[in-house]
Amino acid sequence: MATAAKQTTAPVQHDEDLLIQEYGYDDHFHEHHEGDKYQSNFISTYIFSQDHKMIARQFLITGIFWAIIGGLMSLVFRLQLGFPEESLAWLKPFLGKWITVNAETGMGTLAPEFYYALVTMHGTIIVFFVLTAGLSGTFSNLLIPLQVGARDMASPFLNMLSYWFFFLAGAVMFFSLFLSTGPFAGGWTAYPPLSALPQASSGSAGGMTLWLLSLTFFVISVLLGGINYITTVLNLRTKGMNMWRLPLTIWAFFVTAILALLSFPVLVSGFFLLIFDRTLGTSFFLNEIFVGGQALDHVGGSPILFQHLFWFLGHPEVYIIILPAMGIVSEVLSVSARKPIFGYKAMVFSILAIGFLSFIVWAHHMFMSGVNPFISNFFVVFTLIIAVPSAVKVFNWITTIYGGNMRYTSAALFAVGFVSMFISGGLTGIFLGNSAIDIQMHDTYFVVAHFHIVMGVAAFFGMFAGVYHWYPKMFGRFMNETMGKIHFWGTLIGAYAIFWPMHYLGMAGVPRRYYRFDNFDTFSHFSAMNQFITIAAILVFACQLVFVINFFRSIWVGKKLTEKNPYGANTLEWTTPIEVPHGNWPGKIPAVHRWAYDYGKGGQDHISQIVPLAEGEGDSGH
Amino acid sequence: MTTTLLAIACILMITVVIIQIGKVTDLANRLKGEEEAQNASNQRSGIALMAFMFAFLIFCVASALYYKNWMLGYGPHMSASEHGGRLDSMFNVTLFFTGIVFVITHIALFYFGYKYSGKTGRKVLYIPHDNRLEIVWTVVPAVVMTFLVISGLDAWNEVMADVGTDEEVMEIEATGYQFAWHLRYPGPDGKLGARDFRLINAVNPLGQDWTDAKNQDDLHPSELVLPVGKPVRVRITARDVLHNFDLPHFRVKMDAVPGMPTHFVFTPIRTTEEYRRELSKYKEYQAPSDPANPASDPLWKTFNYELACAELCGSGHYSMRRVVRIVSEEEYNTWLAEQPSYYRASIRNTDEDPFKGQALPGDPPPPPPPPAPIDTTGVNQ
Repeated sequence: MATAAKQTTAPVQHDEDLLIQEYGYDDHFHEHHEGDKYQSNFISTYIFSQDHKMIARQFLITGIFWAIIGGLMSLVFRLQLGFPEESLAWLKPFLGKWITVNAETGMGTLAPEFYYALVTMHGTIIVFFVLTAGLSGTFSNLLIPLQVGARDMASPFLNMLSYWFFFLAGAVMFFSLFLSTGPFAGGWTAYPPLSALPQASSGSAGGMTLWLLSLTFFVISVLLGGINYITTVLNLRTKGMNMWRLPLTIWAFFVTAILALLSFPVLVSGFFLLIFDRTLGTSFFLNEIFVGGQALDHVGGSPILFQHLFWFLGHPEVYIIILPAMGIVSEVLSVSARKPIFGYKAMVFSILAIGFLSFIVWAHHMFMSGVNPFISNFFVVFTLIIAVPSAVKVFNWITTIYGGNMRYTSAALFAVGFVSMFISGGLTGIFLGNSAIDIQMHDTYFVVAHFHIVMGVAAFFGMFAGVYHWYPKMFGRFMNETMGKIHFWGTLIGAYAIFWPMHYLGMAGVPRRYYRFDNFDTFSHFSAMNQFITIAAILVFACQLVFVINFFRSIWVGKKLTEKNPYGANTLEWTTPIEVPHGNWPGKIPAVHRWAYDYGKGGQDHISQIVPLAEGEGDSGH
Repeated sequence: MTTTLLAIACILMITVVIIQIGKVTDLANRLKGEEEAQNASNQRSGIALMAFMFAFLIFCVASALYYKNWMLGYGPHMSASEHGGRLDSMFNVTLFFTGIVFVITHIALFYFGYKYSGKTGRKVLYIPHDNRLEIVWTVVPAVVMTFLVISGLDAWNEVMADVGTDEEVMEIEATGYQFAWHLRYPGPDGKLGARDFRLINAVNPLGQDWTDAKNQDDLHPSELVLPVGKPVRVRITARDVLHNFDLPHFRVKMDAVPGMPTHFVFTPIRTTEEYRRELSKYKEYQAPSDPANPASDPLWKTFNYELACAELCGSGHYSMRRVVRIVSEEEYNTWLAEQPSYYRASIRNTDEDPFKGQALPGDPPPPPPPPAPIDTTGVNQ
């Protein structure tokens, strides 16, 4: 005990086991779970697994699958935008009737309806299946029990259900791609009346029914996961792990889960009302409509009501996406810089502030939707207040690098790239959040550039940082670093090449969701830029294939993890064995004595959370 | 077929090459010793980050210069409406502040990333937090935000204010439907007549109630023509799904919502001719408007203000164009006088007309000259 507490020598490998043995908490887990009834055969180990680490991997691999699909979709519609005059006949074998081939010229064109279906599916898939389930689902599942010192989630069974509802949601959405009337094509925001009326858009027939069904399953998945994350963080923290000792990853996942739990049900209520309008003849969102040659019976509803319900989820949703990435980046930056995260408490408070504010800014998506302009005043104020905690986070990340000793793994590079993306995309939010400027910018490519950079690319960067960093914990091997760096540089440069020029399109007033631009003189000046963007998009997608190859190849041939704590990190997941068993720790659960960021303290490289405080030593987190 | 095979072969080759590069560097690192390899890699990454910073900042400036004609408030892209100039300058003020923050944070991020790239044995600074510093960078953004919020809301409330009851403002109406805009002018009485969506049919595209006398002089022109310098209130409606009344040159945008008329009040300040003359000063606008035909009119000469749709409304969303013409008041009055009343031209004495066979106050004296057949439906441009 004395040797460990004195900290005159850097802690060595075996010390950690001894520390757990000495101070740890014996919950008699292994007496109850000996023989591991949960993982006795193939199906309960790999398919209907209740182990949070396996569920995390299931979320991640499913997320990668959907990211590839969503990415490919964007390539098809980028081809249409960049090269509207080129024949797409070669896509006919894949896309079937959505490509119309002119019998005489052989020219294949993408049907407008399918262009909109692709745009819609790309948005839905990336926002929900990849950046919500794939990001928060993966890392909340993997890290919450490991970093708070729990054997598993509070309810492993609900956790398993959470994944399988996600899988079901994906299966239904995938099936909708093959309907004869096509998948839903009214934009990922699904605004009625377009989404309510099959007469207005063929995708609003069966495609929309399946879209609603799929996302309802998805919300069930999110709620089952979220309630588990919250319960686990609140109730299953190990001895000594008070809230101020939680790593920032856990804080981020915790607040994310709260946001999801409060906002997703509102989305579902909107969905149900929409289903009623579509099937039962109610008029929640429909009023005075003449479509398909006849006046409908619906009177008295308001399409704007749906927008309120949608964005009451929709805005917290962007923080549901970005907060986990922020948490991951905070952890990865600190570990890579060998330096405590700067301003831990300020980081926690800014996560809480962002989480709170995210609930009272939703109507900034609706400045131009016909709501009373007076209401917008409040939403402008709250929206621009978010810039303050966001700025604090950015400054704190930069200061974390200052004076550090940056070890540039691929994860660290992606974390730095995240900060750059978050700055670039966050600053354009200041334009859009200001309703007066939004008059010109609303629904233009400026918005496309803004949200792709700040919650698309940035969240992906956070996800990549997490995957590279915790890959050894997930698979017991490392991903290839050189391929990781090729992936990073290609993606960083390429992503800016795609989205930066779009700001100028937006300033010119070019609206988003246009199938072609040549109907308007005003919007047709940018064919060279659109070609450039399309080529950049193809190259960036190719870089993601490098990642995918690296990911799957490394499962079998990656460099093996040979020590428990390869990065010299302080958090609890690195005190588990190299091959983490069910229940995470073979014996006792480690007890925690300090915050997670004692890097470089008193000349020591790092001091794990399980090392007791020396006499007179203060816990720097407090 | 051969191209496909070739492409697949290329992709496979590149994949193999990348995997091999990965393997080789891995091996080389093992030979060199992990620690030394990591140091070298850190240094390379630091330099690369620094190089990226320079390239990126240069790219930002260069691209802004390249697309300067689309900068808001700058010559060829200046606002054609009175309120637009104010929004443009707000954009530019915001651009100024965010630009400063962007450059400073990027320089700090990448410079520190370069300067503190890892070396074995480097001592790190143990600074968990610094309250003074944190207060500074909480307060400074808060102050800048307050300034932006106040000026933004001031502009917003002024721009979005509806016309007062005592103000004389000309009102016109734009109705979005799949996939075009239908325009309606009030006619000599200056008032738009009542509508009911149940009355819509092939000859009554807006569902006007013809028993309402205010409807009988309403016009359905195919172009949006407005006099310069006079405020106009556009009543914006939709027939089927959401649309958005978007006039990019005028910084005007407002959703068209079925069953809930919205509005936007603005004042055009540049006629189409004046805007063309301004464009003619820039060499980019001297290029022929039809790239295939060098003898065609230069771009500035063919310039037109345009009305577009900016809210996804279905498969024809990208095609809802109307030409907008801003003219002098004289020209406007001449144009207006030429427009026939839709009721008189298309409804009067058809089966749709509730006053069929009856005399109406505005009826032309008999014998009437046959009205010139003018296509005013304008629904499928």
